Amino acid sequence: MLQTPVGSSNETNTPEGVATSGALRGAGPSAPPRSPVGLRGRAWGARLEIAVLVGPALIVFLGFVIFPIVMAAYYGFFSWQGFGVPTDFVGFRNYLTILQDPTFHDALRHNAIIVVLSLVLQGPIAILLALLLNQKLRGQSIIRVLIFVPYVISEVVVGTGWSLMLQTNGAVNGMLENLGLGAYTQDWLSNPDIAIWTLMTIITWKYIGFAVILFLAGLQGIPEELSEAAAIDGASYWQIQRLIVLPLLAPTLRIWAFLSIIGALQLFDLVYIIWGQYVSSTAGTSTMATYLVTNGRNSGNFGYGNAVAVVLFLISLVVALIYQRYVLRRDTAGAITGKAGR
Amino acid sequence: MTATLETVNMPGVSPRGPGASKAPVRRGLGRPLGYAAAVVIIVAMLAPVAFIIIGGFRSNSEITTDPAGFPTVWNIGNYIDVLTGGVFWRQVLNSTIAGALTTLGVVVMGLMASYVLARYNFRGRGALYATFAAGLMFPMTVAITPLYILIKNLGLMNSLGGIILPQIAFALPTTIIILVPFLRAIPDEIQEAAFIDGCSRLGFFWRMVVPLAMPGVITVGILAFIASWNSYLLPLFILNNQDMFTLPLGVQAFSSQYSVDTARVLAFTSLSMIPALLFFAFFERRIVGGLTGAVKG
Repeated sequence: MLQTPVGSSNETNTPEGVATSGALRGAGPSAPPRSPVGLRGRAWGARLEIAVLVGPALIVFLGFVIFPIVMAAYYGFFSWQGFGVPTDFVGFRNYLTILQDPTFHDALRHNAIIVVLSLVLQGPIAILLALLLNQKLRGQSIIRVLIFVPYVISEVVVGTGWSLMLQTNGAVNGMLENLGLGAYTQDWLSNPDIAIWTLMTIITWKYIGFAVILFLAGLQGIPEELSEAAAIDGASYWQIQRLIVLPLLAPTLRIWAFLSIIGALQLFDLVYIIWGQYVSSTAGTSTMATYLVTNGRNSGNFGYGNAVAVVLFLISLVVALIYQRYVLRRDTAGAITGKAGR
Repeated sequence: MTATLETVNMPGVSPRGPGASKAPVRRGLGRPLGYAAAVVIIVAMLAPVAFIIIGGFRSNSEITTDPAGFPTVWNIGNYIDVLTGGVFWRQVLNSTIAGALTTLGVVVMGLMASYVLARYNFRGRGALYATFAAGLMFPMTVAITPLYILIKNLGLMNSLGGIILPQIAFALPTTIIILVPFLRAIPDEIQEAAFIDGCSRLGFFWRMVVPLAMPGVITVGILAFIASWNSYLLPLFILNNQDMFTLPLGVQAFSSQYSVDTARVLAFTSLSMIPALLFFAFFERRIVGGLTGAVKG
């Protein structure tokens, strides 16, 4: 009974690991032949079936994912306002401008801070919450639903609600005054010393449910016998968690960290909605993606915006490759990537 | 078969071994601490949501004098205004159409492609799978400007089709990655039996694969629908006409248009949350299962 979720969940998560590594290394999985079409002597019919079944998905995918990304790389070499065919070829000048723009440096630095703080804040809190919720509590399923609510609400609703609460005359400051803590009221959104922490609070609130749910699922895949045996041998609760449970949870932690890093690098919605397009850079919360939209479409420089997109993509790719190479390698080598995808 | 898939799909609710609780083990941090933590979590998670909903029942002067308080009189006027105006319902309709068609497209195309990737053997299958899987590395943020130009050239600006097609395309990688193992897990014996009984490959797809893959299909469908319902960046670029706005754009437009009328903005915002929350409450186990299945398990 206990083993079923472990084995089957590994089966389920397998393709993700393979997919990422396949995408990164350019090598797809080649499963053992299942049903050799050729043997049935209907090779042409089978080819037609393949074309009809895969065709729509492939066309839509190539047309609306791959083609725009290739075009982004192409447009990035032009100075172009988005009308007609780009003709003003500028080589790497857009890229030089980006790399020399202090505003972009700020955005990059904010992204780096957000990446690190997301891991440092959400990781430990989510682990603690998952450990606590992994006990047999009455109403556990309700708690699980509630913890997930912020994750399901759209970024726009979250942004609108929080920005109203955080205004200088908003509910947060109002509550502090009601509690007699009026000295601690702040300009949460535009004080550059505080705004990034405000953003981190909102990000943590919005996305921690996702981490907790992942960790809970991971914890429930760890056989209880291990903890029980350790307890019989006299290990304390914290020793068990630190020495047995956490190491076994490590694959889940590493996958979550990967998703969190990529998400933090591409953060756009919350910042753009709460801080708008102009305030974010002075408040110290601008990101590469808000820089992209502000300096690309909003100012009519489509070529430049595409060059920013390429830089953003390359940075994400390099981070992903490094992470894949040095952190996820152990998982993709065996623990997570099982037989199914090979 | 289906039972196994169910277990995969809902790791959070997988039953514990019946004997587990009998062992003489100190369990966890103790219940009181667990419950205390649970209360703290619930308050922290729900307070901002409660602020939005309760704020909609207050008057602007109340909000100005005491922004963190409860309404003295529960005033439903703001909600009635929003519900009787046409704007909200038009945006709900737009979001519903976009979400439903995105979901339909993702499920149909994803299932067909996954079937081929899982159960046909042909040259280039690995490369095809890798192509789709590579889509995970391409976020919409990177492609947004060329997408906007592409949609403009296709004449799909300000139409729901202009957001539906890219949304389908960007949801396909996750969908295929979740569905392929589901379809691979269908035992070969079933397929052989069906073929012996004279079932064609496509007949097998309709009669056996589609029903057996239902748990996976529901998961990817829900993920696609919620992603579409909450999507912001793409509609921001594609939909400029107020009549075509989806709810996220509508909430933003409403909150800048009525920025002085905080209570009304809060009412509009809370009403726009309701569909997603209801949908989530209804399908919670599936969503959680889909996410955990897709990522870890």
